[in-house]
Amino acid sequence: MATLTAPVKEIRKSEEQEALITGSEAIAVACKLANVDVITAYPIRPYDTVMQYMSQLVADGELDCEFIVAEGEHSQFEIVKHASACGARTFCGSSGVGWMYAMEALTVTPALRIPLVALVGNRTLDDPGAFGVEHNDALSVRDLGWMLVWVDNAQEALDTALIAYRVAEDRRMFVPLAISCDGAFLTHSQSYVKVPSSEQVKKFLPRYDRGDLLLHPDNVISVAPQANEDWVMEMRRQNYAVTERACDVIREVYADFERIFGRKYGNPFFEEYLTEDAEVVLLGMGTLSTPVKVAFDKLRKQGKKVGFVRLRWFRPFAGPEIAKALERFKAVGVIERDLSLGSPDLSGVVATELRSAMYSHAKTRPPVLDFLCGLGGREVTVADVERITDLTFQAANGKQQPLTQWIGLRG
Amino acid sequence: MSTTYVETKPTQELEAFKGVKKVPYEEYFTSGHRTCEGCESAQFMRLIAKAAGPRTIVLGATGCMYVANTSYYATPWGIPWMHTQLGAAGSSALGAAAALRALMRKGVFKDEPINVIAFCGDGGGADMGLAAISATLTQADYNLLIVMYDNESYANTGIQVSSTSPFGVNTTFSTPGKKKRIMHNRWKKNVAGLMIAGHPTVKYVATVSTSYALQAMNSVRRALTIGGPTFIHCLNPCPKGWDFDPAIALEIGNLAVNTGIWPLYEVEKGELKLYGKTREIAEGRFKRLPVADYLLKQGRFAHFTDEDLAYFQSQVDDMWNNWLVPGVIPLRKQAATTAPSV
Repeated sequence: MATLTAPVKEIRKSEEQEALITGSEAIAVACKLANVDVITAYPIRPYDTVMQYMSQLVADGELDCEFIVAEGEHSQFEIVKHASACGARTFCGSSGVGWMYAMEALTVTPALRIPLVALVGNRTLDDPGAFGVEHNDALSVRDLGWMLVWVDNAQEALDTALIAYRVAEDRRMFVPLAISCDGAFLTHSQSYVKVPSSEQVKKFLPRYDRGDLLLHPDNVISVAPQANEDWVMEMRRQNYAVTERACDVIREVYADFERIFGRKYGNPFFEEYLTEDAEVVLLGMGTLSTPVKVAFDKLRKQGKKVGFVRLRWFRPFAGPEIAKALERFKAVGVIERDLSLGSPDLSGVVATELRSAMYSHAKTRPPVLDFLCGLGGREVTVADVERITDLTFQAANGKQQPLTQWIGLRG
Repeated sequence: MSTTYVETKPTQELEAFKGVKKVPYEEYFTSGHRTCEGCESAQFMRLIAKAAGPRTIVLGATGCMYVANTSYYATPWGIPWMHTQLGAAGSSALGAAAALRALMRKGVFKDEPINVIAFCGDGGGADMGLAAISATLTQADYNLLIVMYDNESYANTGIQVSSTSPFGVNTTFSTPGKKKRIMHNRWKKNVAGLMIAGHPTVKYVATVSTSYALQAMNSVRRALTIGGPTFIHCLNPCPKGWDFDPAIALEIGNLAVNTGIWPLYEVEKGELKLYGKTREIAEGRFKRLPVADYLLKQGRFAHFTDEDLAYFQSQVDDMWNNWLVPGVIPLRKQAATTAPSV
């Protein structure tokens, strides 16, 4: 287990620099600061901009690592999986159907207790082709033991990448983690980012230590021999135990991040915006926060008590905390860029998950409406958000609403 | 002018074993596996481990040598071993080699030559994993060896056709029926030739046979010593899948060579060296035996008619008489024979 003893007073603010960078570039900078050992790339838009930056960092001698261009995503993820088993800190990523092409490798990685950190530049799954954001790519691994976190700005992308390595490589975890950045809206959008110094990062992020699981001639082990029904269930239980610990480890790491870097994220699992006195709230992930926040600033001026909950961590899903945060509102509207075709109430993944958490953990259960929007990368406008808010208010006032509605769909 | 090959990190200097009596007693692949009686693939694993020695990491793709060979609580491996997915032999070796290089450069690990060997069967190598192996073989500055044990079928899953299964073979996916006698009408993929011709920076490719155990070990040692990404293709007779008495496994392997069906050669920095009986065949010192001597000893060809045998023989004759590099590269000096109607 990683322990940190760096005295905060040694770290001076002036060590930070400010840079105008995209979400992808912020992740690349984080990997540089994390002194990543092995990176594998394969092109697919929009995540691949991160690999352009990585390639340049390596070419310029700013990052000392093995940079391997694979022949497909399956190999991309298999290469880093084995590199990680041999003790290397790794980075890779993908988007859309590229992520799905890697699916076999993605499936085995958590079971092998390999702490990969990957970027998913969220992209619509084919067919038909579309570059824009949808969340079904990353969500496809939600039941496999991956940790999944969504960010909505470049600063958060950089910070979360550092946090990701610390969480994934914690001996209590040792499972892979995917950072989701909405394609185009975040991967390609620039903003000012505070870049910490490598000295600060060294204090936060110790070297990856694979310990007794290291694949090396000095540690003769056989990794993942055929186990069959004799032992698989016990091994599954160990992965399950990781998920039992996950929320505590994440809380611990965020607290330490705040101690060392001085940036506060409050509750790690979700961000609350104007929720304190709100009557109804919307809940969503990623850059949907932008139109929602703009719309809510406007609606607040009109006296409407609206708030927003932006979910960061989807896996682990902090069910009890989310339910506790939402149970007091009169209605909840989920706004999401994904589908779960054939699911209960034909809702999206997020609403289905949220309803499950509310059913188990909320003392009172407000109606949870689901709004499917922004598919294929379509823009979700301030007007769309106002319409969603209006429908959620109607539900709060007792008017029956369909549980799932499409927003921004051509008539 | 000869090709300039990429320099790699130093490798282990593994001299060839000069005779069976010089082979060390130490085993790094021992008891615990559950393979069938007479399994030549498991024998090959033993030879690989013996040849490579203790400072080695082995990555094993799904197949017989995973499922039947490496069981929880009973691993036969005395060197570090890790399972890799069916199509990922090439990627797994590259990942391990990349990690070692980065961590040695950064001073995390002691800087020393460590062998990285990934193995796959014909399903994992010639079918699913071909692209990954090909990509890895272009990574000229990593030291790693990929070995393909070829039992000419997906044997572990119950003997199904792969792209290295011989023409006409009876497998559970190509069982002769009332209307079609020959369900598998594809010719065996020339994997070693593909690796040589397609990857000009690779310094060593060899075909081996467990019937020539000493040479098989020495090929492994040569590949690991010469460095860079290297490839070895081994033909492994499979008593269960090929339907013969386990007692004659070595004889079957010899017949594959002596009939000219399985040419033995190594290519070191572009130089082709035929060896064993293959060399004698090429130099006209040994007359190839009829393919029927090999085929009819195996139940998997029991349905063959004289016409099938004649076609098989004509294809092997073509390989020796008409290929520009006989037995190795199928560029022809003249038009090929045509397949019989089936």
